[in-house]
Amino acid sequence: MDFNFDLFVKILPQLWQGFLMTLLLSVLGMFFATIIGMFVGIARLSKTPWLTIPTTLYVEIVRGTPLMLQILIIYYALPSIGINLEKIPAGVFALAFCYGAYISEIFRAGIQSIERGQVEAARSIGMTTTQTMRYVILPQAIRRILPPLTNDFVAMLKDSSLVAIIALFELTTTARYISTSSGNVFTPYIGAALFYLLITIPVSRLVVLLEKRLGVGQ
Amino acid sequence: MSVIKVENLHKKFGRLEVLKGVNLEVQQREVIVLLGSSGSGKTTLLRCLNRLEEPNAGRIEVLGKVVTHEKTNLNQIRQKMTMVFQLFHLFPHLTALQNLTLGPLVVQRKSREEAERIGMELLTKVGLADKRDAFPPKLSGGQQQRVGIARALAMQPEIMLFDEPTSALDPEFTREVLDVMKKLAREGMTMLVATHEMGFAREVASRVLFLADGVIMEEGTPEEIFKNAQTERCRTFLSKIL
Repeated sequence: MDFNFDLFVKILPQLWQGFLMTLLLSVLGMFFATIIGMFVGIARLSKTPWLTIPTTLYVEIVRGTPLMLQILIIYYALPSIGINLEKIPAGVFALAFCYGAYISEIFRAGIQSIERGQVEAARSIGMTTTQTMRYVILPQAIRRILPPLTNDFVAMLKDSSLVAIIALFELTTTARYISTSSGNVFTPYIGAALFYLLITIPVSRLVVLLEKRLGVGQ
Repeated sequence: MSVIKVENLHKKFGRLEVLKGVNLEVQQREVIVLLGSSGSGKTTLLRCLNRLEEPNAGRIEVLGKVVTHEKTNLNQIRQKMTMVFQLFHLFPHLTALQNLTLGPLVVQRKSREEAERIGMELLTKVGLADKRDAFPPKLSGGQQQRVGIARALAMQPEIMLFDEPTSALDPEFTREVLDVMKKLAREGMTMLVATHEMGFAREVASRVLFLADGVIMEEGTPEEIFKNAQTERCRTFLSKIL
């Protein structure tokens, strides 16, 4: 145990910077992942093969490969076919691309859990499929989607440490850098852990609260 | 004037043929009661009319439009021929009033004021003006079904389809729903009602159809059917439910 409080105070600003980068990656990643997840989830439920086949393929490919490999492909392999992304966009894109697939499954399950009669009632008064989805199905499904979605945010926050592989200075990478330069292993890593917990614990509590709130009554 | 014309309608579920060539013509202001044991195709027939169920063969014409054509705008016809469901299918995330205004707002692009005015008028008509802000799960079955009827009315339809509207209700709530339906019938609404409520049929039906073996086996005025059914099947059925 070589926790050094003075060092801890000294590196706080650096860790804070790393923390902000982690937060930026996760918030943006989650934002785009949710949009991707919503559209892919809906597309996979359609009856049109040209919607279901590519989206199913996407989900299977993402779920069947490690996130770290996806990050490497997006940052190092895509330039060879002419797609150059800066580090931050590449990181956000990788996280959104990966989590979009997982989140699409959350949307799919949420939408499927709404009883068939709701669609029929909406269609029977002349609503289009899009209107039915927007005004009847999604508002009901979102109650069931929100808790697992928030859980995925926590997961992404932690997984964002994998973008270290493309030298993005997020929280974990920052801690590793400090530990090498200061010779103290314990302090920066514990410091980084505290910063992660600063977000993950309240958000996890929020999930529990959401499940209670949205689970019963209206 | 005939508002619905059905010719040689067939519907199969897998290998089970539920409708085997139904022919039917409905005049404006008629109240048609569909009778038949469960599985006789009453519900399927109603659901084919607005194509919630896809017919396998035959031709359906509603208000001069051919429903069975690929190019027909179904959403236009469905606004003019709305449906009341056995299990209500109210939108649980919306209040009673919002259940009524959603269609007028979103489908018919009416202003909020007008949609709410129509909505309140109809809630008053079904006796639920005081429940305007209640969410469906807080209402009794009878109240939910009355909101269901009001929701179908809010589109200002010319025809209404009732798919066993009282079958899921406790007996104590059946009457309040039937009373609303009788009121509509007397006001001249064209109605097709699948039901086992013989009292309702006697009182307001202009015609009673008996479905069996996938066809309309017998039809006539309530008087003719209840007192003087021609087929053995129909007599047996009636003796069981009367």
